[in-house]
Amino acid sequence: MMTTSSLTHLQSLEAESIFIMREVVAECRKPVLLNSLGKDSAVMLHLARKAFHPAALPFPLLHIDTTWKFRAMYEYREHLARSSGMQMLVHINTEGLRQGINPITHGSQIHTDVMKTQALKQALDHYGFDAAFGGARRDEEKSRAKERIFSFRTAQHRWDPKNQRPELWTLYNTDKHNGESIRVFPLSNWTELDVWQYIRREAIPIVPLYFAAERPVVRRDGALIMVDDERLPLRPGETPERLTVRFRTLGCYPLTSAIESNATSLDEVIAELLHSSRSERHGRAIDHDDEASMEKKKQEGYF
Amino acid sequence: MDAESGPGLLRFITCGSVDDGKSTLIGRLLYDSKLLFEDQLAALSAASKKSGTRGDDLDFALLLDGLSAEREQGITIDVAYRFFATNKRKFIVADAPGHEQYTRNMVTGASTAELAVILVDARKGVLTQTRRHSYLVSLLGIRRIVLAVNKIDLVGYSQERFESLEREYRQFAEHTALRMTAIPMSAAEGDNVSERSRHMPWYRGPTLLQYLETVQLDAPAAGLPFRMPVQWVNRPHQDFRGYAGRIASGEIRAGDRAVALPSGRECRIERIVTWEGDLASAASGLCVTLTLTEDIDLSRGDVLAAADAPPPSADQFEATLIALHANAILPGRSYKMKIGSATVSAIVAPLKYKIDINSWQHLPAERLELNEIGVGELELDRPIAFEPYERSRELGGFILIDRITHDTVAAGMLHFALRRSQNVHWQTLDVNKQARAAQNGQRPGVIWLTGLSGAGKSTIANLVEKQLHAAGRRTYVLDGDNIRHGLNKDLGFTEQDRVENIRRVAEVSKLMVDAGLIVLVSFISPFRAERRAARALFGAGEFIEVFVDATLADVERRDVKGLYRRARSGQLKNFTGIDSPYEPPEQAEIHLDMSRLTLEQAVERVVEFMRRRQAEA
Ligand SMILES: Nc1nc2c(ncn2[C@@H]2O[C@H](COP(=O)(O)OP(=O)(O)O)[C@@H](O)[C@H]2O)c(=O)[nH]1
Repeated sequence: MMTTSSLTHLQSLEAESIFIMREVVAECRKPVLLNSLGKDSAVMLHLARKAFHPAALPFPLLHIDTTWKFRAMYEYREHLARSSGMQMLVHINTEGLRQGINPITHGSQIHTDVMKTQALKQALDHYGFDAAFGGARRDEEKSRAKERIFSFRTAQHRWDPKNQRPELWTLYNTDKHNGESIRVFPLSNWTELDVWQYIRREAIPIVPLYFAAERPVVRRDGALIMVDDERLPLRPGETPERLTVRFRTLGCYPLTSAIESNATSLDEVIAELLHSSRSERHGRAIDHDDEASMEKKKQEGYF
Repeated sequence: MDAESGPGLLRFITCGSVDDGKSTLIGRLLYDSKLLFEDQLAALSAASKKSGTRGDDLDFALLLDGLSAEREQGITIDVAYRFFATNKRKFIVADAPGHEQYTRNMVTGASTAELAVILVDARKGVLTQTRRHSYLVSLLGIRRIVLAVNKIDLVGYSQERFESLEREYRQFAEHTALRMTAIPMSAAEGDNVSERSRHMPWYRGPTLLQYLETVQLDAPAAGLPFRMPVQWVNRPHQDFRGYAGRIASGEIRAGDRAVALPSGRECRIERIVTWEGDLASAASGLCVTLTLTEDIDLSRGDVLAAADAPPPSADQFEATLIALHANAILPGRSYKMKIGSATVSAIVAPLKYKIDINSWQHLPAERLELNEIGVGELELDRPIAFEPYERSRELGGFILIDRITHDTVAAGMLHFALRRSQNVHWQTLDVNKQARAAQNGQRPGVIWLTGLSGAGKSTIANLVEKQLHAAGRRTYVLDGDNIRHGLNKDLGFTEQDRVENIRRVAEVSKLMVDAGLIVLVSFISPFRAERRAARALFGAGEFIEVFVDATLADVERRDVKGLYRRARSGQLKNFTGIDSPYEPPEQAEIHLDMSRLTLEQAVERVVEFMRRRQAEA
């Protein structure tokens, strides 16, 4: 514990995350920052720039592209790739693409497994990364609450929950055998509200989909799905309507639900969050598939 | 919460015995801080009706559910972290389940906590468990605790009961450094958690939440001058060299004089570099990058400190150790030690005692098993700058890592440096055998294994080396293979060549011992005179003759390499034991009777001998 009493909570969280990122760079051979193009990744990237300033980022960014992200996310990615001092790697599971795996015919489980989980393993093996930063937070759901900040993966990328190392103070044991790797979660102790407050404090650019605007959506199984391109087949009786919506999390557009909202600024988004009655992951299809789904996915190598 | 000016973050740990109401209390805090969403609430309400213990009311304990299922799957649950916030503060709660591995869990959770909430069941009072929790949190440096006297509804909101419990706890906590505030509450009903109870007009103190929101914590490192472990050297190009780190204590200003430790070199802070721009000063808790006006070379693991009040440096300490792994902590073994940003090699010396965490009594100990706590001495391979843990968690807390499995096997807290180490490293020594030996942290010597061909010398040498190596010793094995193929390529097996062979091996060993190594020689070396000549090259106690004593009948029966058969049939000349004599040692330091010892036992005898020898050093 640091003498945090004189710092605001955002300063404390920021310092903790920067400390973690520097620790990885000091101790690991070849780290990478996974960038899902969402708000948590944006915060991580911002923290990384601060951590290593004035040096450029000592690791590349990696985007696992399922090919089904929102168009606005791809625009944001291009913008990032053009910023100075940034190396953006993009990996697509071409084998999955060849097999025509997609979220519409195969459903969220198979699509996520092939295009995200398998793709991630391929990329990590291909580049030989031994540490990967991820933006997961412990407040996201129950199974994350007890995940370590430094989380070990076997050479097969499996998470062995029976064999986790205790984390005391800020002393992180990064020793590993050949082939093993670490997932590192610098935002472990941040909540959704912290992330938004920090984005506001630091004026961090994020994908505009987080702000309300009129967008074409269809109502499907209680969710609002945005018709982001022509690949989304309309079901009988479905006609896109134009609603003022925004997103709390971003993923593959056919699997991500919008919420009706008028929040067009960070202040409004934060105010809305404070009065919200729905949890963040409510809009993600993957969590509803199965009760213990996260736990299982993690053991199989999902981030 | 006002993010810009909030008074910050409070990390606390909750401790309680099973069913004292810990889950209910945390669930209630999350609920009351309005951090539960409709979908979570709906799930909770459904679960409460189905398996709750509170009729139609919400059973908050179910919010944190998941742990029992995990336990069945054998998942290591040490600590779960929960978050909530009010408009005054943000809170991180370390929730350590109170079952097996309790010590390990609590110690992990307490290591980052500034305060502990210890629950007692008003009906049961202060239990052995309560004392154990109190001991562990105070051991980890927590000074503030809230005694949450829970389930007060079940004793009729009795003031008398509450006050007697408070008195009882105070008596017991008297001889600890703990500062305690007792609060009567009902986690299930919500009394005095975030709302003042209507049932206890006699209670004038704060609710739990009021207390947590307003408590002023005196940081443990408060009062310590500037210290910053160098975490990473930022060197983007020739013209910039910055030292990145998190300030552990005190404050630093551009232009301040500082000292780099353990080298002791003085320097001046040139700039305090951050992404937002240079700062004029920076205080404890912040991550910064410092540049120096002097061109001195620092690396990760060094500490920058206030020049007029630097921390001490030492390489031998007394420390508390807590075993965190199923593999016990063994004295004599060498571990990797992480402290601050430094990684060093540490040997645990024989333990002074272990602590019974129920009675706080000292018991004798040979080793520390999982969840045991003990006090012992540590010997490092080089000096480090440190503070006693009591004064600084950052410069006094450490972990030990197993060199082979890479597991974190212990946590520890430095007490103080041992006298004998403090003055030594400042003197410049002549680089001689003693200096090299000290640098290697070991007593050099040669382990000379003699015996018949096939007796097991090389196997024993290799296994002994492995164990010495694992214990952090610097070793080298000389045997027929690596010597006869190179240095002694020109020698055969005549008596004269055998003598020369041994002479050269003895001389090479001598050089290696002079370099501070432990050398294992495994040669038949059949003649007493040559072994005596070899011994004469070394100082007292440096030559350890090991007689690997196997009978000719045994080795000939096994004849692993088929050499005896070839010797008997006359294909090999001058073969020891057949047509060349073997003269057994008269007073070997170690006599291994291979007809009675297993290989493991033989190896252990040698390793044990070396361990004692090192300890006497
Ligand atoms: N009457 C009463 N029951 C409580 C109170 N706090 C917890 N309980 C009940 O005690 C039981 C154990 O609580 P739980 O929170 O699971 O305990 P834990 O094992 O410490 O996490 C549950 O049935 C709770 O509903 C309280 O203040 N009053």
